[in-house]
Amino acid sequence: MLKVSIYRYNPEVDEAPYMQDYDFDTQGEDLMVLDVLGMLKAKDSSISYRRSCREGVCGSDGMNINGKNGLACITPLSECLKGNKLVIRPLPGLPVIRDLVIDMSQFYAQYEKIQPYLVNNQPAPGIERLQSQEDRAKLDGLYECILCACCSTSCPSFWWNPEKFIGPAGLLQAYRFLADTRDTDTENRLANLEDPFSVFRCHGIQNCVAVCPKGLNPTRAIGHIRNMLLRGAT
Amino acid sequence: MGVITNITSFSRNGLSDWLLQRVTAVIITVYICFVTFYFLAQPNLDYDQWRNLNGLFSMKVLNVLTVVSIAIHSWIGLWGVLTDYVTVRLLGPKATFLRVLFQIGMITITLIYLIWALDIVWGI
Repeated sequence: MLKVSIYRYNPEVDEAPYMQDYDFDTQGEDLMVLDVLGMLKAKDSSISYRRSCREGVCGSDGMNINGKNGLACITPLSECLKGNKLVIRPLPGLPVIRDLVIDMSQFYAQYEKIQPYLVNNQPAPGIERLQSQEDRAKLDGLYECILCACCSTSCPSFWWNPEKFIGPAGLLQAYRFLADTRDTDTENRLANLEDPFSVFRCHGIQNCVAVCPKGLNPTRAIGHIRNMLLRGAT
Repeated sequence: MGVITNITSFSRNGLSDWLLQRVTAVIITVYICFVTFYFLAQPNLDYDQWRNLNGLFSMKVLNVLTVVSIAIHSWIGLWGVLTDYVTVRLLGPKATFLRVLFQIGMITITLIYLIWALDIVWGI
C-alpha cells in the first residue's frame, strides 16, 4: 500500500496549509504520479492540480515530487519513491493559489522581460528568413523548453529575488534568441542583462539541470550569455 | 523594461563584479598556496625569517594584492548574501532599512580593514 501525502491549501477555508495523507493501492503497477493523483481525485474531488496533455509536452503539471521538481505525467513511481511514501507539494517559491496550483505570474513576467520573440530590423524577405543547417543546430537544446517552471522554482536565487533574477527558464530562452542568427537585436538583449541581478545571480549550482524534465541545460546557456557579455565588454 | 541597478554593489555592474570575484579568488588562492608551502618548507620558522620574507618587495606586492583582493571579494560576496536574505520578501518592510544599514556597515568595515592591512603589510 502506497502512502501518499499531498499539500493541501484552500485559502477560502484553510487558515494554513497542511499535508493530507491517503492510502493508495497501485496493484503492483508502476504508475505515473499523475495517474495516482487522478485516481485520488476520483475519490476526493477537492484535490486541485493543473494537467493537460499528460505526456510531458504542455508543462502544466510541474510539482515537487518527493523533494524533487518534475512533471507528474512523466514521473513513474519507480523513479521517485522513497520506501512506500509519495510526498507531493506545489513547486516551491511561488504563491500557492490552491493545493498544487501555483501563481506563475512572476515566472511569466521574467520570461516576458527577455523578449521571447525574433527581432529583425532587416526588410522582410519575400518568403522566409533562411538559416543554414549549422545555424539551426545552434538552437537545439534551447527551443525545446516547455516553460513548466521546474527549473526556476528549484533555484534558490529565483526564490530570493524572483522580481530581479530572470531565472534559468527565462535565461535559457534569452540565449535561444541570442544564438539565433535571424535575430538582429543581440546588442540590446545583452545590454538588458548585464546588471548585478538578471544573469549574475546564477551561482552555477545546477539545480535547474538536475530537475529539467526535458533534459535541457540552463546553466550552460547562462555560461554562453556570460561569455557573450564578456566578449562585448572587454 | 525597467533597468535594474544597485548602488551598493562593488562595481554596480554584474559582469564586472563577476569577473572581479573570479580574479580575486585566484589571487587569494595563489597567496594561500604560497604561504602554505612556505610554512611546510620552513618547519623552524622564526619571527626574523617571517619578517624578512614579508619585507621583500615582491612579497609586499603579493601581500597588497591579497589584501585588496580579500576586500573586493568579500564586498561582492557579502553584498550578494545581504541582497539574498535581508529583503522585504523575507523580512517584511523593515528589511530595506536593515539592508542599507548592513551594507553601509559591511562597506565601512571592509574599508577600515583595507587601510589597516595595507598600513601593516606595506610598512614592514
